[in-house]
Amino acid sequence: MAEEYMQLDVVTPEKAVLSRKAFEVVAPGSMGEFGVLIGHTPFLTTLKPGQIIVRTEDRDIYIAVGGGFAEVISNRVIILAETADMAEDIKADEVKADIEQASEKLRQLGRDDPEHDKWEKRLHRAEIKLRVLENWEKSK
Amino acid sequence: MPSLKDLRKRINSVKKTRQITSAMRMVAAAKLRRAQADIIAARPYAIKTSEVLVSLVTRTNPDMHPLLRVREPKRAVLVVIASDRGLCGSFNQNLFRRADAFLKENRDKYEDLSLVLIGKRAGDYYKRRDVKKRATYVIGKPSYALASEISDDLIKGYVNAEYDELTIYFNEFRSAMTQIMHEDRVLPVEPMEVEDDMMNVEYLYEPSEDVLLEALLPLSLKIFMYRALLESAASEHGARMTAMESASKNAGEVIGKLNIKYNRARQAAITTELMEVVGGAEALKG
Repeated sequence: MAEEYMQLDVVTPEKAVLSRKAFEVVAPGSMGEFGVLIGHTPFLTTLKPGQIIVRTEDRDIYIAVGGGFAEVISNRVIILAETADMAEDIKADEVKADIEQASEKLRQLGRDDPEHDKWEKRLHRAEIKLRVLENWEKSK
Repeated sequence: MPSLKDLRKRINSVKKTRQITSAMRMVAAAKLRRAQADIIAARPYAIKTSEVLVSLVTRTNPDMHPLLRVREPKRAVLVVIASDRGLCGSFNQNLFRRADAFLKENRDKYEDLSLVLIGKRAGDYYKRRDVKKRATYVIGKPSYALASEISDDLIKGYVNAEYDELTIYFNEFRSAMTQIMHEDRVLPVEPMEVEDDMMNVEYLYEPSEDVLLEALLPLSLKIFMYRALLESAASEHGARMTAMESASKNAGEVIGKLNIKYNRARQAAITTELMEVVGGAEALKG
């Protein structure tokens, strides 16, 4: 009988966010969302900003990621994310303030402004965080 | 001969200085510990990324990527990673000296040399010097976001053929006493050595290998930049710790010397007074 769980590691340049056993990982691949179960073929993909769901024995873990890579290799999943926030660490008011600030900036800046992309990205990430937080709360 | 009051004042002021330097030493020591932890925390990501990169390079034709393209080096960019704050010994000066030496030697070799200055000190140092600046940044707390911002501009510049060569100057942390100065050529990206045992895994790639490589190469520059920032921060705190330690020691020595001087002066004053009293008494006896 094969192993029951795979080892999942989520790392960002700044720290290791999560390292634990899981039986399913759902992640936002750049070609579409994908799920990984035990015994998946070796697999390497880019991630777009979005939501990762990790199903473990006792609970589901929700993580907001901001782009990166995922590697699946012999029952190990490694997520290399530029940013990763666990749902329980996301603070709703901070994210909402961030969204407001970013949308305000976007209103002021023209489409051609070099700052425009930066703020748009920021807004997008904040929105994802909020969505992840909501999904997590719903799942509880 | 300074008066007793002057001496007392000086002793007090040197004592205050010693308080400050020893407090700074302790702060630097605490920050150093944190900076070292950051370096260690950044390692798994860097190692993993370079593994993935190597395994990709073996499967693709990497010559096509613009960051790998080698051009005749006519225009060079130097990145100098210094610190925001001073009072850290020769940490910044050594770095500037090395960069200056390069600038001086190669003025004729390149058509164009420009600097990317990271850290307030670097900005201040080159403010009034005759060099071309491409960008200046203030570090604050070294973050991946900052490394990413710096790298994005540099990558864009290289891809648009604004320059042909990129060198990063920074201090690598060894111990609190020693920093190793690095002068690393990062662009164009050197073709890497591939070890045989890395080739074994057959992957499914999504999207394609080429797209993945395109995303990974800039990432590896960002990681390098982030590591350089972290190493530099740890070195800075180490250098400051050492500098403040010797400053505190020196202050202690100065206090000792001043105390001896003060005591001598005090004794001399007492002796003179006594002599005066005795002399006065003798005169009254008459």
